[in-house]
This record gives sequence, C-alpha cells and structure tokens, in this order.
Amino acid sequence: MHFMRKIIQKNRLLCLTIKILAALLLVISPITQAQVHEFKLDNGLKVIVKEDHRAPVVVSQIWYKVGSSYEHSGITGVSHVLEHMMFKGTQKYGAGEFSRIIAENGGRENAFTGQDYTAYFQQLEKSRLATALELEADRMRGLLLQPEEFAKEVKVVMEERRMRTEDNPRSLTYEQFKATAFVNSPYHNPIIGWMEDLKSMHIDDLRKWYDAWYSPNNATLVVVGDVNASEVFDLAKKYFGPIKKRPVPILKPQREITQKGLRRVNVRVPAELPYIIMGYKVPVVATTKQAWEPYALELLAGVLDGSNSGRFEKTLIRGKQIAASTSISYGPYSRITDMFVVSGTPAQGNSPEKLEKSFLTQIKDVQTNLIPIEELDRVRAQLRASKIYERDSIFYQAMQIGTLETVGLRWTLMDEYLDQIQKITPQQLKQVANKYLLEDALTIAVLDPLPLSNVAQANTEDGDNVK
Amino acid sequence: MLNNLIYLSAFTKVVVMKSLVFLILSLVATGVIASPTIQHWETKRGVRVFFVATSELPIVDIQVVFDAGAARDGNHPGLALLTNALLPEGAGKLNADAIAEKLDDLGAKFNNSSHRDMSVYNIRSLSNPEQLNPAIDILATILSQPNFPDAAFDREKNRMLIGLQAKKQSPGAIAEESFFKAIYGNHPYSNMPSGNENSVKSLTRQNLVDFYNKYYVAKNTVISIVGDLSRSKAESLVKQLTGKLKNGQRADDLPQTNTPDHASLKKVNHPSTQSHILVGQPGIKRGDPDYFTLYVGNHILGGSGLNSRLSNEVREKRGLSYSTRSTFSPMRVQGPFQIGLQTQNSTTDEALSVLRATLDEFVSKGPTQKELDAAKKNITGGFALRISSNKKIMGYVSVIGFYGLPLDYLDTFNKHVQSVSLEQIKEAFKRRIFPEKMATVIVGGTS
Repeated sequence: MHFMRKIIQKNRLLCLTIKILAALLLVISPITQAQVHEFKLDNGLKVIVKEDHRAPVVVSQIWYKVGSSYEHSGITGVSHVLEHMMFKGTQKYGAGEFSRIIAENGGRENAFTGQDYTAYFQQLEKSRLATALELEADRMRGLLLQPEEFAKEVKVVMEERRMRTEDNPRSLTYEQFKATAFVNSPYHNPIIGWMEDLKSMHIDDLRKWYDAWYSPNNATLVVVGDVNASEVFDLAKKYFGPIKKRPVPILKPQREITQKGLRRVNVRVPAELPYIIMGYKVPVVATTKQAWEPYALELLAGVLDGSNSGRFEKTLIRGKQIAASTSISYGPYSRITDMFVVSGTPAQGNSPEKLEKSFLTQIKDVQTNLIPIEELDRVRAQLRASKIYERDSIFYQAMQIGTLETVGLRWTLMDEYLDQIQKITPQQLKQVANKYLLEDALTIAVLDPLPLSNVAQANTEDGDNVK
Repeated sequence: MLNNLIYLSAFTKVVVMKSLVFLILSLVATGVIASPTIQHWETKRGVRVFFVATSELPIVDIQVVFDAGAARDGNHPGLALLTNALLPEGAGKLNADAIAEKLDDLGAKFNNSSHRDMSVYNIRSLSNPEQLNPAIDILATILSQPNFPDAAFDREKNRMLIGLQAKKQSPGAIAEESFFKAIYGNHPYSNMPSGNENSVKSLTRQNLVDFYNKYYVAKNTVISIVGDLSRSKAESLVKQLTGKLKNGQRADDLPQTNTPDHASLKKVNHPSTQSHILVGQPGIKRGDPDYFTLYVGNHILGGSGLNSRLSNEVREKRGLSYSTRSTFSPMRVQGPFQIGLQTQNSTTDEALSVLRATLDEFVSKGPTQKELDAAKKNITGGFALRISSNKKIMGYVSVIGFYGLPLDYLDTFNKHVQSVSLEQIKEAFKRRIFPEKMATVIVGGTS
C-alpha cells in the first residue's frame, strides 16, 4: 500500500528460488499440511486440488506444457502472443468477454508465459469457481483467432517488448547473455520473442501452435482454496470432460552442446551504469544424474547471496564496497539444463572487470574452503521459515504445484524439499562448486554504457497552455 | 528480469504477462464477508497501535511507520530515504553484519522503505516466542538505537547516487520525476524520495541524526500488527519495540496542494524506442469525502485494467500500448491523479490524443449505468480476495492506521461503493478533475 516507487533496490533477498513448501518436520508449529488431491480425466487432463480453508477464496490455474523453449527459430514468441490471443474470443464468447465475465464476478484474472509453460489463472470468491472453469474449458478448444484481433494484439506485444526489453539496458544485456550462453538449447531465445520474429508473425503460426499444444492431455488444472476436492473434480469433469484427447507433438531433446571455453559478450547501448552477468551451466532436478546436486547448488546460492547476511552483501557491498547491488539466480525446476547466474552493478569508482574478479574470488573461496556449518544452517533456517510464510499465499502454492507438474516433475517434490536441503553437507557444496563453477562453462555479459545524458538534456523543451 | 527476489523466480525470470494489472492492488472492500476486527489503542507515550489477531498460520507481521517520508525532506531532498536506509546499518552493539546474521538465523524477514508520506519498517517472523522475541529485540534496537556509522553513511549515500544514475536510463522514471515537478510546483511532494544528485551529495551524517531525533519518536509512530498472538502479547511487544524511543512530537501538518491554473507540457528527449506519457494533476487525500465516488468512477475510466475505457480505447481497439491506466493515489494531502501509457515514438501523438479524448468524454458525460453496475459488481464481488492473507490485511490495516481512517473502513466499504450514483460520479469529476489544466509529460525519442 505504498504509492511511490521505492528507489533504492536494496536486494534484500529473502529466500532462494522457487521453493517449495513442505513437510515442516523441522519447524515447531501446530500446522498440519493441507492434503493435496490428484486425479485424471479420461481425456488426460490432470486435476490437482489443494484445500486451504483459511479464507473464502479460490485460485484456479490451468498450465499448458508449452512455452518459449518449445519454439523453433523464426516463430519465437509465439507461445506468448497466443497467450494474449486467448482473451480475444471463442466461438461462444466474443473478444474481451472472458475478462468481462470474470470481472463481473468480482474476480481477477491474467496469464503468464515462461520458458517451459503457459498458464492462465483466475482468483475468485469461492462460490464462483464454476464460472472460471466453464470459460477456461471453452477456450481450450474453442478459440477463434481472428486476423483483425491478431493484427492489433501483436502490436500490443511489440509495445510490451519495447517496454520490457528494448528500452531497458539490463534486460537487453540479459537477452544477449542468454543467447550467447545457449547455442542449440531453446533457452537461447527470449520468452517474448525476437522483434524480427514478432514482426513477421502470422495468424497461421498461432493456429498451428494452438492446435498442437492446447489439449486436455497436455494440461494440468490446479485449484487451491476454500473448496471441497471432490466437488472440484466434479466441476472439472463437467466442463473439461467433453473435450477430446489429441495427439501432442514429441519435443526434440535439444540438449545444449558442451561448452568448450569462456564466452564473452559486450552490449553497448545508451545507459548510465555498467552491469555484469556471469552464468555457469548447471544441472536442474529434471536433468541431474545426482539427485542431491541441485539442492546443493540451491544452498550455495543462498550462502553467496541469499539474503542480507549472504557473502556478496557482506563482503562485496558492505565490506569492500565493490558492488552497489548483487544478485544470484538459480532455479532447480527448469525443464532442461539451466544456469547458475551471478550479476551485479559495480559501486562507484569500480569497473565491471573489478566486480568480475571479485565474484570469481568469492567462487574460488567456496571451491577451496569448506563453508562453515553456521552459514549453511542460517540459510536452512530461512528456507524453513519461508515454507511457512509461503502458506500466506494460495496463489503461490498453486504456482509451485503447476510449475513442478509442467516441467515433468511431480508435485510431491514440494514435500521432499526441506528434507533434501537438510541432508546437504558443506563437503557437497564444495563438490558442486568445483564440478560446475568452471571457466569453461562460463558466459559473461557486460553492459558497456554509451552516453545518454547529453542527449537527454540538450533536447528538453517546455511549453505552456497546451491542452 | 534478474532481480534478487529469486523467491519469485517463476515471476522474475519468466514472466511475460497479458497485462500488468494483476500486480496492482487498491484499497477496497464489500459486506458479505466478515472483515477482520481491528483493535486500536494508543500507548501512554503516544504510539498509535492497530492490531488484527489471526490464528491460522504461526506468523506475525509487524509494520512500524514513522511520519518521516520525503515530504519532510525540507531543503535536503533524499534526506528521509537515506535516514530510513541507515537504521539497520548499525544499532546498539550490533553492526550491519550482526543485524543481518541474527535476523537470518531466526528466519525473520526484514525490509525497510521510504516514500513521500511514510518511513516504513517491516518484519515477518514465526510466532513462536523463541523466534519472535529475539526478532523484536533486534527490531527495537534498530529503531531506537541507531548509530549512523560513518562508513555505512558514505556507502549508502554512494548507493543512492548509483540509484539516481539508474533512473536516468529509465524513461519511465524520468517521466515520473518530471510529472511530480509539474503538478506539485513548490509543494514538498514535488521532490522524489530519492532526491537529486546535488542534494544527496551535500547530505551530512548530522542531517540524518537531526532528522531521526525529530521524527523517529513515539508520538510520530504508528505500529500495525497482524498475526498469531494475543492482545496482551501485542501490547508487550509494542512496549518492547518503542520503550526506548523519545516521546517527541507528531510531525506538523503538510501544506495543501494547489491545482495548477493552466496546462503545461514538458518533453524530454531520451534515446528510447517508446515515449512514456503521463497526464494529470493533484488528486485526492486519504479520507477525502469524494473518495468513493472518484474511486468507482476511476475504476471505469482507467482503474480496472483491460476492462477500463482507457485500456479499451488505447490498447484493445488500437494496439497502441501494453499498459494504460489512470490512478488516484490518495496520500496525506492530495496525491496524484495520473494517467499513463507507453507507445512507440511514432504513435505518440495518436496515443496522446486518444488518451485526452477518452478523458474529456468521461469528465463531460460520465459513465453509463451499465458501466457503473459492472464496476460495482467487480469491486464488491471481489471483497473476499482483498483480505484473504495476512499480508493483504496488513496492507489495509497500516493505511487505516497511518491515515486515521475509520476502523470500520473495511466493514462499510461495500456500502459506500454501492451508494455511489451516476450523477455523483459525473458531478465529482467535473468539480475535481480539470483536463484543461493538466500537466503532460512526454519522455522519449522523436522517430
């Protein structure tokens, strides 16, 4: 409820990654974990319901196994454009009707597209769930995809890309970073697509995409809230049951080729501040040969930059004052091999080169020395508390279930998370640091600012009495 | 994209959404669903406390707000923000590292922020006394015994300067700064909480100490607590938190704002592919008698995402912008009424004229009965969603507390919304909103 934008990004991070909640074994608390109910319709639609009776509300999410990592070159961004078009009318309901009906029911709705999924959601007072399911089932197969609607909406998406990426020097750098790090993996492409591909996108590309991937047997319905599981199953059967199962394309594995040495890319655009991103190829839960490794990487990210007490904050921001801000990103629940990404803005009077060296020194340290158990336990304490805090959001609980199911894992992994984290030793952290944080698997992108301030100031004009 | 909130990595990495609207919440409610009971008391030393007991989760959220935002900066823009930032950088016998480590050991989540009206400190802890009590101790030390260490002062000042540089590469941030200057003139709201380069450079440690001594005092403090604890525990917690604060005085009333008496246009060239457009004027304050009327009206004009008139005209019909909205941000005194969009440079004129035509039409003719009915259904039917988590309840309670709104604000919200009529909206917009006197800011390129 604060109205003005917070200016200083403090990077006070709180927990790591998409964490999944949990067993609470180690937490002294009276909570009992709500039970998750699962079943499958004859047409292959998976339905997962988690009852949470804390407030008389419900969130409904449908997750399709399709996203930017399913796209081939030339049509990048098609999953996301299709997501926009899903609000543009079916044989039964006209353009915008979906949103209007949900609004009239006091609901909120939206959708999001990722590398590995496309998801649609509604949040409603609990008695309105049937309305959401009926509309969602209707657009699973009944989408019109009219050319005139597409012509406008693809322009909206191009504006979205301009806002998020073209005019944001860091986003541009991140995009180049991903494209450099991944050669043949589909993670090479941005989720929103390359502008060139958006410009040449055709309504037929969307039609093919919709027909290929939007089927009950390629989707998971997740419902969390003040509902009765068997009643939700009945509703799901009523609305989604009549939809026919369809063949779904088989994805090529597109495993990333082994990187054979350090890669660098410079991004020179008008900007004020330099910025550096460094990423190492690492396994994720879905691809790892050693089940424990992703959890060790998760903890390593926490030790280095999981919160205010993390090593980067303590040493690089507060101690040596080499960085103004730092960040680590590692998500163990990608569909295919992903990256362990370190990034930061140099503090005043420091160069990206110096920050790079400092990051590497920090990494060298965890490769050479065992991390003290207190540091590890501090991260674990935060993760355990986070599992409880997460329960304050039914939306987030649904996100966790949907993400896991859609990247080919089981939602039950949520319940194993804390156990897995608890088992990791300081030796294992050192092991993963030495196995994966290697120069030959590293990609570095640097934002190299071109001047913009003289341009901006010279051309300022004022005018009065203009309406 | 790559921010540190990896917690939401599903959102940060991922997410390209249909619209941004989902992320924007506003202050509203309905009647059928029972609202949380807000208990209120004032301590002997003048701390105002607002408390909601919730027992479903073993969590306690505490928000401490001082009336010490940027509106109190005076001749030192950036002073309030830097003061806010320095408290957890060393307090009592604890240095910044010790504070961070202790809070993390407890699994507590701490964050602070500073805005025009408020200086805010939040903590979320497990409700178990083994975690909660030491977390409160640390927060109490941060709030009442800050040391303002020289090294941390220099560092945070430098980081503020970096923050100012970062804003220069964002056309949206430049537009916002120009917009506040344009609509607030000499009013304290005209400055950004982040200050400007000259003012931040000139700040001294003593400025911060003086500011702290004046505003971080019991009488100027509002505490909101939501969570799994008893009233008596909440009372003792407040004592623990504020026992060492000086009594002090409440901050003075802020000056009223003036609506500009003529329109203005400011263009700032920026090497961006889009132009960011903001149009508006000072709007309403918290507790404004026209609040509900203008709120419901604005819901129809541009406050309800893709279903609003503005979005329909600019985005749905013409594909000119990803995000278009109008917003009232009620504050201690008149916060901004703002309409914004971004569009590729070549369609700036077209988008601006659509924006203006939509606004003019709405102010002169008002909404239709059908639109009003739909808006009321949306606002009142969604009440349960507004209070469905501790975090959301805290959002309401802290605003009710800080701005002195009635304690039955949530209970009566629906009634107020339902009672708004077509005529009232039309009349209030004509009386309060002046398209012919608005400021327009355009930041972007020429082609």
